[in-house]
Amino acid sequence: MAGYPIELIVMQLFTGLALGTVFVLLAVGLSMVFGLLTVVNFAHGAFYTVGAYTGVFLFGLTGNFWVCLVGVPLVVGTIGLVVERFLVRPLYGRGIDYPLLLTFGLAYVLVELVRIAFGTSGVPFSAPPSLQGALNLGFGYFPLYRVFLVGFTTVLLIGLWLFIERTRYGLVIRAGARDPEIVRVLGIDVSRVWLLVFGLGTAVAGLAGLLAAPMRGVIPEMGIPVLVEAFVVTVVGGMGSLAGAVVAGLLVGVVVSMTSLFAPAFADMSMFALMALVLVIRPQGLFGRAGLMGG
Amino acid sequence: MLKVEDLEAWYGRSYILQKVNLHVDAGEVVSVIGRNGAGKTTTLRALMGLVAKRHGRVEFEGRDLLGLPTHERYRHGLAYVPEDRSIVPGLTVRENLRLGLLASPHLKREAEIIERLAETFPRLKERLDQIGETLSGGEQQMLAIARALAADPRMILLDEPSEGIMPVLVDEMFELFEKLRAEGMTILLVEQSVDRALAISDRAYIMDQGVIVHESGAAALLADEEMQERYCSV
Repeated sequence: MAGYPIELIVMQLFTGLALGTVFVLLAVGLSMVFGLLTVVNFAHGAFYTVGAYTGVFLFGLTGNFWVCLVGVPLVVGTIGLVVERFLVRPLYGRGIDYPLLLTFGLAYVLVELVRIAFGTSGVPFSAPPSLQGALNLGFGYFPLYRVFLVGFTTVLLIGLWLFIERTRYGLVIRAGARDPEIVRVLGIDVSRVWLLVFGLGTAVAGLAGLLAAPMRGVIPEMGIPVLVEAFVVTVVGGMGSLAGAVVAGLLVGVVVSMTSLFAPAFADMSMFALMALVLVIRPQGLFGRAGLMGG
Repeated sequence: MLKVEDLEAWYGRSYILQKVNLHVDAGEVVSVIGRNGAGKTTTLRALMGLVAKRHGRVEFEGRDLLGLPTHERYRHGLAYVPEDRSIVPGLTVRENLRLGLLASPHLKREAEIIERLAETFPRLKERLDQIGETLSGGEQQMLAIARALAADPRMILLDEPSEGIMPVLVDEMFELFEKLRAEGMTILLVEQSVDRALAISDRAYIMDQGVIVHESGAAALLADEEMQERYCSV
């Protein structure tokens, strides 16, 4: 690491964390939906795209980023509820490949709808003025928007954790993930739990799209690399694990940004190298339970 | 209270329940005994709607249950304790009990109900915040029963409650069943330990190869060693 000033390394580390928060948000939704519904959601990247464009639309309408921050997860989550209720639900109990193919096709449909509505080239979207500029973190100046991103995601994840660990909806979600049959026996309609979880997962994916938009740009194809990233993070963290999604998301973000500092040519493949390494050492992922698919 | 007519059930292509007929009156304790593989567990699972392919008539308090989804049955007052106890991994004893309460109209009185269950099941009382899975087999069985009782069911289906449990806890459990019976609970009991089951039952059915082959008063069956020998010895 000789030749690199320590400030640069620390800054790059923080950049990695900011990037990682987007990965975390993406993986949380993907992982929850897989862990509970055993649905491999190939439309996850498309929901991310729809989230960014919904943000563009709402911003054009209101000119207020904070309205988007509330509106985007509501809109995308509602789309998720409709998709689960009418498209995914009839496929439960038919094997894992049916919902996989459905969401794969759905991703194309959603992206095409975005192209029809907003055009095939990208649209500009920047952070609101109040979040532009830089903040002195003590070791250097850092883009304010990324500081906001880290803070906002932290609050959101704490909220999600409290929801899952402390509320009765969360209790049903945790129980339903591990033993759906006894949950039904005890009088709870699990299909409503699946609906809620799918809606929640897509809402968070949409939110991730909005939050990433000022950093990564808004184009109809923005969800494609993101889907791959989300799968990598989910596999590294362990399918169905919330803690795994958080740790792996930040880890992947830091690994990618550090590699792009020290060996830029390898930045794109660094996350796959990390995934391969984790799979060799811990095939179920860092926080995954072995045999999730079998159970 | 419960009336089962010509109940059939399949697992894949295997024809398991081949027209089962039985009934349980309100306040009765009824045992179903028979060898392993006779269809006892499948009967209880079919009553709860957990067997995908089923046919026949299941009437519970005058309402036909067969087409209803599983969770509706619990809401109508039919509770079930499965053979494997199904203590949810990672959840505390208290959370497992809460799970039994969520569908109950008395959810608001949660603290009071959990307190009451803890009095009935003293073994659970000091372990409320322990992870349910870490309890001993017998304690897990107590938890499963307590959870099934949380929403004040009118009838409870018990599958092999004494299996794999220390004798001293089995005694405790059957005392509890006696107590429930005295309080007027209706119980349908599937049990390997025939003597104990018959001792607390009013009536009993013997099941063999997917059908009911014999019905009699519990005391009469307890005395009928030939019948027991024929259908229950391994």
